Amino acid sequence: MTATVSATAAPGVGPAAAVRPAARLSTAKPGGRRHLLSIADLDREGIEEILRLTDMFVEVSERPIPRVPALRGKTVVSLFFEDSTRTRLSFEMAAKRLSADTMSFSVSTSAVKKGESLRDTVETIEAMGIDAIVVRHSAAGVPWQIANWTEGAAVINGGDGWHEHPTQALLDCYTIRQQRGRLDGQRIAIVGDIRHSRVARSDVLAFTALGASVTLVAPPTLLPPTLAGWPVEVSHRLDEVLPSCDVVYLLRLQRERMQEALLPSLREYTATYGLTRQRARLLVPGALIMHPGPVNRGVEIAAEVADQPNSVITRQVRNGVAVRMAVLYLLLGSGVDLGV
Amino acid sequence: MAERERALAPPYGGLFVPRTKVMDPDDVKRAIWRMAHEIIERNHGTDRVVLIGLQTGGVPIGGRLAEAVDSVSGVMVPIGSLDVAFYRDDIGLRPVLPEAATHIPVDLTGKTVVLVDDVLFTGRTVRAALNALSDYGRARAVQLAVMVDRGHRELPIRPDYVGKNLPTRRDEMVDVSEEGVVLGDVMPR
Amino acid sequence: MSDGPFNQAVLIRGGTVVDATGKRVGDVLIRNGVVEAVGLDLDDAIAGAQVLDASGCIVGPGLVDLHSHLREPGREESETVETGARAAALGGYTAVVAMPNTDPPIDCAAVARQVFELGARATCEVAVAGAITVGRAGKLLAPLAEMADLGIRLFTDDGNGVQDARLMRRALEYASALGVTLAQHCEDSSLAAGGHMHEGEWSSRLGIPGQPGEAEELMVMRDLALSRLTRAPIHFLHLSTATSLQMVRVAKQGGARVTAEVAPHHFSLTDAAVASYDTVFKVNPPLRPPADVAAVKAALADGTADAIATDHAPHAQEDKEAPFDQAPPGMLGLETALALAVTELDLPIERLLALLSWQPAAIAGLAGRHGGPIVAGAAANLCVIDPEVTWVVDATRLASRSRNCPYAGRTLTGRVRHTVLRGEPVVIDGEAQR
Repeated sequence: MTATVSATAAPGVGPAAAVRPAARLSTAKPGGRRHLLSIADLDREGIEEILRLTDMFVEVSERPIPRVPALRGKTVVSLFFEDSTRTRLSFEMAAKRLSADTMSFSVSTSAVKKGESLRDTVETIEAMGIDAIVVRHSAAGVPWQIANWTEGAAVINGGDGWHEHPTQALLDCYTIRQQRGRLDGQRIAIVGDIRHSRVARSDVLAFTALGASVTLVAPPTLLPPTLAGWPVEVSHRLDEVLPSCDVVYLLRLQRERMQEALLPSLREYTATYGLTRQRARLLVPGALIMHPGPVNRGVEIAAEVADQPNSVITRQVRNGVAVRMAVLYLLLGSGVDLGV
Repeated sequence: MAERERALAPPYGGLFVPRTKVMDPDDVKRAIWRMAHEIIERNHGTDRVVLIGLQTGGVPIGGRLAEAVDSVSGVMVPIGSLDVAFYRDDIGLRPVLPEAATHIPVDLTGKTVVLVDDVLFTGRTVRAALNALSDYGRARAVQLAVMVDRGHRELPIRPDYVGKNLPTRRDEMVDVSEEGVVLGDVMPR
Repeated sequence: MSDGPFNQAVLIRGGTVVDATGKRVGDVLIRNGVVEAVGLDLDDAIAGAQVLDASGCIVGPGLVDLHSHLREPGREESETVETGARAAALGGYTAVVAMPNTDPPIDCAAVARQVFELGARATCEVAVAGAITVGRAGKLLAPLAEMADLGIRLFTDDGNGVQDARLMRRALEYASALGVTLAQHCEDSSLAAGGHMHEGEWSSRLGIPGQPGEAEELMVMRDLALSRLTRAPIHFLHLSTATSLQMVRVAKQGGARVTAEVAPHHFSLTDAAVASYDTVFKVNPPLRPPADVAAVKAALADGTADAIATDHAPHAQEDKEAPFDQAPPGMLGLETALALAVTELDLPIERLLALLSWQPAAIAGLAGRHGGPIVAGAAANLCVIDPEVTWVVDATRLASRSRNCPYAGRTLTGRVRHTVLRGEPVVIDGEAQR
């Protein structure tokens, strides 16, 4: 009855093939659609699965016709309550390259200004029959609320308040891995306004999950009130941190922080925490310079430093499209949640 | 298997239980050599021929086939690989995650592409592969080589080179490797 | 239905009577709105009395809430005096103090009179707190004497703390002549500004702007000083931090004229609940970390806190379904306060009733009618509590017009069985009678 089957059966066909681990994307409701709300919902395996899939989409992006029909017939809505042309365009480009239809809904063109409640807006959009909502909102937690209100659509957090920006963290991980081979053991300094930064919160979770060590560098007024439970080191002296880091990640400094008495002046900030030309010389050769954009040239980073060969800021933007293709494909196209 | 039933099949669910060995390693080797000769004969040599293995089962078979073509003709033919996950029409019906990146070594415009796969079944993978290929240029012709044709076609697709025609039931499963071809059953996990 | 006094005799049979004087087994006979007799085997005392079974239950004075937002006038979509009073009766309350942050606010006799009139027909006595400043704006003193003449005994700008120290000093001085008490919502608004939850580990992680416990503590410290300066009494609303309560503890030891209340959610929920981003957990003062929750329980146990007050704050669903930083703070409390106290506090029933009934009655100036000893001739404002029964909170079945109950699905021990207001059973076996 049984015949022997060699152990070298073709991968993915024979009994040796294991069940592929699906990326662990969060499920707000049992049995419901999957969402990407927080890096915290992805363990190391989940992040690596997305990065692996991103490789495929980087290849797609380099083709003469950088488009595949994977999400034909699906509709992705970007629901942006806060201006962010970059993130919105990146998601829309990703959706289009997967052949999905895209709709854009921004607060200035919507009924939200006319007093329609957030829930009504979401339910109206969902009633049009859409498959995914990319949400950007100035308040932390809105993507969670929306995920609770929607029935069928996948919700992707495109940035919520000071809280999280998971696709930014994924593209940052991808970029570091692409440039330095791996995250394990990398020493990463995140510099600047950590307190108000969703990028920093997501990056800390993602970088440390992949084995990097993270040092936050900022004045105390720009750090969260407490860092209890954060797997990070803290420093107030950028000069001491720079010589021993593999990646320096600069955050954008909002100019209105001066009004809140968090800083005396931009000049003082640049002098103490800016990556000036002199300070950039403290970096070891090959250390990466990163920034989530848009860059305040001359504030957190000197213009010529931003254009140095080891600055990968534009590489981050390019990788962002491929990472978002991977996320959209995982949530809408792969069907991995249909496994037995 | 109907497309929706694939969700229950390996590698995503189910377990392959081997039953009958239908080709041994020498049978596989002989079939590859025969197909190599047929490819050279049919195309009057290997000029402008490109071999492309379909991920994942077609890649090792394609590699062996290219080696055979090389040694018969004395010319190195370009060999590539293609993952068709993003082109499948059953996305959402079963887990479809790409196995490996597509690698197309040359511009395909004007070339004769020989697609290589391990098993030809419903024809849907080949249909997806034809779509994918068109994104890499306009080939002069596309041919299809498979180690096993097990029937049950759902699309008007037929192979140009066949290692073995193997009548099967729809619910059976065929395992192909260089070590041979095994017919078996899928047991639920 | 409620026209005229309730004349039928009522017999509460088989319970254990608990009041400030102690604990004894006995039946309670009520007629014409007053307790006629308390004793064993009163069964035959009167024919035709309506009998309320109290076997296995505690018969106590009706509960008194120092802190209810009844939302009328102005926000009738979230609560009315009628629905709020029904929720109160179901929670065992026979009197509640309606907070003045209505629209228009209760900052003059005219609005106060309107709320008193609405309360006259309600299923619990509705006392009113007046505003300290005009429009609760913290600029000009409200007509305290005019409102005191209507019987108002408690004044507060609740929702806001009185920020200006000089104004608060004048208010305390002025009020001292009227025999009324000022109650402070302790929050230094410049330090708390923009904060939507407790500032700490959870706010840092969740990216929600926080307000530190010190925003409350600064005003507690200031008002203790102002009370000392003016020799006027001060009542602190919903204290929520260990340091606030410690300051009150020390001040009381020094003889200060200070009373303090705490809210049920501050001894039964922590700031970790906010991790769901469910706005039902947004409240002001915010939910605090476990150490503060423990301090609130300790303050109730050692007498630092004088009362459990609900801070019942109904909000319409559509208002709560907003981003966390836009949603209004507040949660329901009247129908769950007693059960939370029984479930969460390790205190004997007579201590719980002190915190829920006679001590708040004294602070609110209601001691003549509520919370007094259950003896012949006393006003028949009573509640009958089953301290053993467990039940699961179903937010959809609350009497309040709103649904912002943070305890939905939670299993609690202890429930009000009957409530008697001026001799009338307004709640029988957990069902509102009107």
